[in-house]
Amino acid sequence: MSNNDEANSPKHYLSDPWSIRGWLLTTDHKRIAWMYAVSITGFFFLGGIAALLIRLELLTGPGDLFNSDTYNELFSLHGIVMVWFFLIPSIPATLGNFLVPLMIGARDLAFPRLNLLSWYIYTLGGIFTLGAVVAGGVDTGWTFYTPFSSLFSNTAVIAAVTGVFIVGFSSILTGLNFVVTTHTMRARGLTWFRLPLFMWANYATSLIMILATPVLSVTLLLIALERGLGIGIFDPSLGGDPLLFQHLFWFYSHPAVYIMILPAMGVVSEIVACFSRNPVFGYTGMVLAIMSIALFGFVVWGHHMFVAGQSLYAGLLFSFFSFLVAVPSAIKTLNWTATMFRGRVTFSAPMIYALSFLGLFTIGGLTGIFLAALALDVHLHDTYFVTAHFHYIMVGGAVTAYLGGLHFWWPKMTGRLYSELWARVAALALFIGFNLTFYPQFLLGYAGMPRRYHSYPEAFELLHILSTLGTGILAIGYLLPLGYLLHSLFRGERASANPWKATGLEWKTSSPPPTHNFATTPEVNEAAYGYQ
Amino acid sequence: MATNDVAHHFDNAEQQARAVALGIWVFLATELLLFGGLFSAFIVLKVQHTEVFSEAATHLSLFLGTLNTAILLTSGLTIFLTEQALHAQRRTLAIGLLAATAFLGCAFIGVKGYEWHHEYQQALLPVLDVRFHYPGSAPEVAELFFNFYYIMTGLHVVHMLVGLGLLAGMGVAVIRWRQPKTLNRRATLIALYWAFVDIIWVVLFSLLYLQGA
Repeated sequence: MSNNDEANSPKHYLSDPWSIRGWLLTTDHKRIAWMYAVSITGFFFLGGIAALLIRLELLTGPGDLFNSDTYNELFSLHGIVMVWFFLIPSIPATLGNFLVPLMIGARDLAFPRLNLLSWYIYTLGGIFTLGAVVAGGVDTGWTFYTPFSSLFSNTAVIAAVTGVFIVGFSSILTGLNFVVTTHTMRARGLTWFRLPLFMWANYATSLIMILATPVLSVTLLLIALERGLGIGIFDPSLGGDPLLFQHLFWFYSHPAVYIMILPAMGVVSEIVACFSRNPVFGYTGMVLAIMSIALFGFVVWGHHMFVAGQSLYAGLLFSFFSFLVAVPSAIKTLNWTATMFRGRVTFSAPMIYALSFLGLFTIGGLTGIFLAALALDVHLHDTYFVTAHFHYIMVGGAVTAYLGGLHFWWPKMTGRLYSELWARVAALALFIGFNLTFYPQFLLGYAGMPRRYHSYPEAFELLHILSTLGTGILAIGYLLPLGYLLHSLFRGERASANPWKATGLEWKTSSPPPTHNFATTPEVNEAAYGYQ
Repeated sequence: MATNDVAHHFDNAEQQARAVALGIWVFLATELLLFGGLFSAFIVLKVQHTEVFSEAATHLSLFLGTLNTAILLTSGLTIFLTEQALHAQRRTLAIGLLAATAFLGCAFIGVKGYEWHHEYQQALLPVLDVRFHYPGSAPEVAELFFNFYYIMTGLHVVHMLVGLGLLAGMGVAVIRWRQPKTLNRRATLIALYWAFVDIIWVVLFSLLYLQGA
């Protein structure tokens, strides 16, 4: 890594200019993507440590490692950090930020300074949340349910809620930027139905971000006011309604699940097409499926409240719409499978991640149908079955796809190759570790083990031990990439512009791309995924 | 000159104008949902406590509310005319209309402040050691109504203040009169925001004041 080496390589966005000021005040979407990537990785490992401690406590039946208060704070920390500070920004703010302009042949997002601002807002929100941890933690869970959060909890609820309130505006800004960029800045010839599915997925996600997040913001504001001033909106003794909180909260937080999973679906579409050397099967159907998932996502929030005192008729409708979401999800899963059919499939690391996604998402999705059934939900509500279900979607689905995408576009982002062997080992460790951790939780939940308890009867011990063992393997699956990707960043073999021979505009510029992305503004005259 | 005000990442001024216009519309959509959360929470509780809420609403001044509605709608007209004046490149007229809009905006906030002060004196605004005191039935539920009233009108006034800031910036730009051709685009954006804040007020007026009528 001599100066010679640097001098010979053309100017690219990573080195031009390399200074603290050049990074912290950059408006380059590619650098902001990296700033997000570093921040969310930090939060991911923080949330991961909390998860490890939770699993250690659950290794044995009696609550012997932590008392119940500390345990409550641990799972709240895990949930708040993972949902708000890792999963929601994960793919859009890193891969999306990096790729959206590249994929449409633009020089940057429409509002580069707003993009930088969104990272600072994210950081400020993160500081508040860490402050809440330092101030003694929060014990409400990531959902902040009233009246516990507003009237009874003695922990730093206001600080945590403020952190989440602030971070919401960073995702609104990201969403706004993506929507405007996709509408107005596509290269000549790049019509809507020639866009890669990753673009469609991020576009749909952005619509959810800009329309649902403000409702969450105002709800969190009400929680803080309720707690600070006792305004009574969620307090039945003052004429308020605690269930109103759940309605407002899930109006955002159910669509938020699609904020996490839609970009993951976009990533998987790109990877599956590339490593099957086949165009994505049923492109138009895939686009319609993405958009209808985003749309239906807004009318299913009540399925979180089947047993919370909601009317039976409301329950019936919410159940029906929840079943309906399964249709576009199944279309997508079947179309990915059909894409591989008669393709020339190679099992490179990104493809192993994508295939893991397919398997895990299918299990997560199907168990979601169990939970959408009114009668079954009475039995399964608030058990480990629910915990297992949403981890299959959010971790098995979203995090696996994020890692797959990170590997797939790593050569583009860094100009370096990683160790294929280690990457395959990590992808397999993740798949095995994940299933060992969370599959037993389905069985636990079905047998009646409730969520959020730090002790349990002896009968559940074997399954809990298996689950904790799985966590160890899963941790290897997450720590390995940290190691070999960092190594590749400095010592990796130089990557060519298009190491996977993939289609798409992002592969038509050098790796890593120059500051303004393309030497000449590209033109498009064919559909996406022109694989032979 | 014309190329100078196009940011490097846009192909041309027309593309930039489209992006900025779409940006403001998307922003207003998020604002609508922000208020929408409050509106729907209020409506749910209003359905649960129809009578108490209606009675509490009679303690608001319908006259001042109506006056403020008239003031704000008139300011909507003046900001629209400002935009037209800038399209016609008429600087003095534009400055006058901008000043009129800002004046009407300040008048609105003044009336609103007077109302709040009046409610404070009647012990309907529980701040600074004042305990909420309400002569009608179910005072704790009436307090809920008033809390909603303060939160929603307060958030609205915050938006008005942002709007006044934008008008002030616009005023400075019009007085300097550099690159006058780009000013009408900026005026359009501010007018859209101002119109949005107007409409929010109309909804608030119907939800809060007209209930007592």
